[in-house]
Amino acid sequence: MTNRTTAGQLARRPEAGSFMGLLAVYVFFAAMGGANFIGAPGLSSFLNMTSEVGIIALAIGLLMIAGQLDLSVGSTVPASSLTVSLLAVDFGVPDVLAILGGLGVGLAIGFVNGVLVSRTRIPSLIITIGTMFGTMGLTLGVTVLIHGSTGVFLVPEDATKAVFGQLVGNMFQVSILWWGLFVGATWWLLHASPLGNWIFALGGDKDSARNAGIPTVWLTIGLYMFSGFTAAFVGVLQVMTFNAAQVAAGQTFIFNSIMCVVIGGVLLTGGAGSVAGIVIGTLTFCIVNQGIFFSGLDPNYGSIIIGALLLIAVMTNDKFRAMALALAAGRKR
Amino acid sequence: MTAPILELKGVNKSFGPIDVLFDINLKIKAGEVLCLLGDNGAGKSTLIRLLSGVHQPSSGQILMDGAAVSFPSPRAASEQGIATVHQFGGTFPLMSIGRSFFVGVEPTKGWGPFKRYDRKTANEIAVKAVQDFGITRIDDGDRLVGGLSGGERQSLAIARAVHFGARVLILDEPTAALGVKQATHVLRIVNEAKRRGLAVVFITHQVMHAMAVGDHFAVLIRGAVAADFGKGEKTREEITDLMAGGASMANLEAEIEAQAQ
Repeated sequence: MTNRTTAGQLARRPEAGSFMGLLAVYVFFAAMGGANFIGAPGLSSFLNMTSEVGIIALAIGLLMIAGQLDLSVGSTVPASSLTVSLLAVDFGVPDVLAILGGLGVGLAIGFVNGVLVSRTRIPSLIITIGTMFGTMGLTLGVTVLIHGSTGVFLVPEDATKAVFGQLVGNMFQVSILWWGLFVGATWWLLHASPLGNWIFALGGDKDSARNAGIPTVWLTIGLYMFSGFTAAFVGVLQVMTFNAAQVAAGQTFIFNSIMCVVIGGVLLTGGAGSVAGIVIGTLTFCIVNQGIFFSGLDPNYGSIIIGALLLIAVMTNDKFRAMALALAAGRKR
Repeated sequence: MTAPILELKGVNKSFGPIDVLFDINLKIKAGEVLCLLGDNGAGKSTLIRLLSGVHQPSSGQILMDGAAVSFPSPRAASEQGIATVHQFGGTFPLMSIGRSFFVGVEPTKGWGPFKRYDRKTANEIAVKAVQDFGITRIDDGDRLVGGLSGGERQSLAIARAVHFGARVLILDEPTAALGVKQATHVLRIVNEAKRRGLAVVFITHQVMHAMAVGDHFAVLIRGAVAADFGKGEKTREEITDLMAGGASMANLEAEIEAQAQ
């Protein structure tokens, strides 16, 4: 009954495939990109990207483990950053309150998503596409109405700039530290707290989860609110980093966050996944995405690598999951 | 026998204009297996859902230990000691045995906001509970449920229900998807649950399985109890006939014979 972890067991962990993929991708771009990629410029470029998409990917990962999708994050990011900048610039609200306003918008969008998903039988894919367009239109309309243009420039206060938007060593965004915090918190939530068990159960079999007494409706709403919150938080980080908010910013987060999660071995249909996997997937995705600029390859081909990576990742993850199940079934002594 | 744990008195259920169950009267006693037989669409599932709190009766009464009760939610029913195990065990293939066993009631260690899931305790209790039911092949709580056989999954689910103090065990077609050997396994566990004094409601349309463990039988046809009898009162052929609609099956046989001549 002792729980020794053997090398064999470790190799059969679902994240093993994604981790080897991460190493391969890093070695490849390190070889292609040389010192620039290995040094601070390369490191900061993919870590900066990782920190933003990574915060959202954590929440998307939890949702996917629970068997749901959320595409609305793509317009929650600009909705939040514009709320912050409109409040601060056009209404003269202190930064802290403006930021709380932006985060509140994210929580509200998440709440609406969660209620709609748990109260109707419409697939979450469709619902969140709907709320994504709704939010985008609303953001655009309100911004033009109040500010008269689709972009807002903002000069953050020193304190909020330091906390959310400063560049460390002129290259590394402070958002990387925030990402680390989110990773820790999400890891705790999914793997240490009892709530994590509920999330796995919800994605594994919704009816059984409900019959086991799990408040599935509230759990679903909570997960969507977490997703809305992370997107809004990234919106805050962006506006504080770039001193500007744009209506059109954020659409890339939709597919990028899903890809990070899937590359990280989270099962699209729910019920399986890990925070370690999501972190590995996000790093892999961002290394490819940014590494291409250091490699001397035509950046236009970057998308091909990402597409291939996604397919390979899903295939190897399935393979490793099958091995994990076989490990459970076998071992006849 | 003692008073029934669970009793249905004149229970009706309709969904809008559609009547699904008519005037159901059933008694479920401790240490007995009640087999609920019936064809597809006879209302077995609706009846189970009434007992497990998913639906509420439109009229009529559910009595527990002689007192009227209502189960507004599955949780309420399970708090009263009614556990439902579904066809595929109601378990989560990609979760570990320990985690799956304790879904919704996770053991924790630590205090306050730092309470965390106690994997070791969960695994030990889960493995012991399953082994007590005679499934000794399960010895590691970290193994994934998906790696277990269908029979083992059912057994895990039943052991789980018993561990959490179930008094009434509702088994929804537990043997339907299983091979012969696996089904025998599950029937043995049903017997063990009965021996421990649980009341078991066993839903099936396999008469053989029902007759192997049943003490009492009820046949549902189009939402009504068409027959209600004890062990040994009817033969297998009679029960099969009843389930298939009795007379209509006999007519069909006669027709086929007439054509053959």
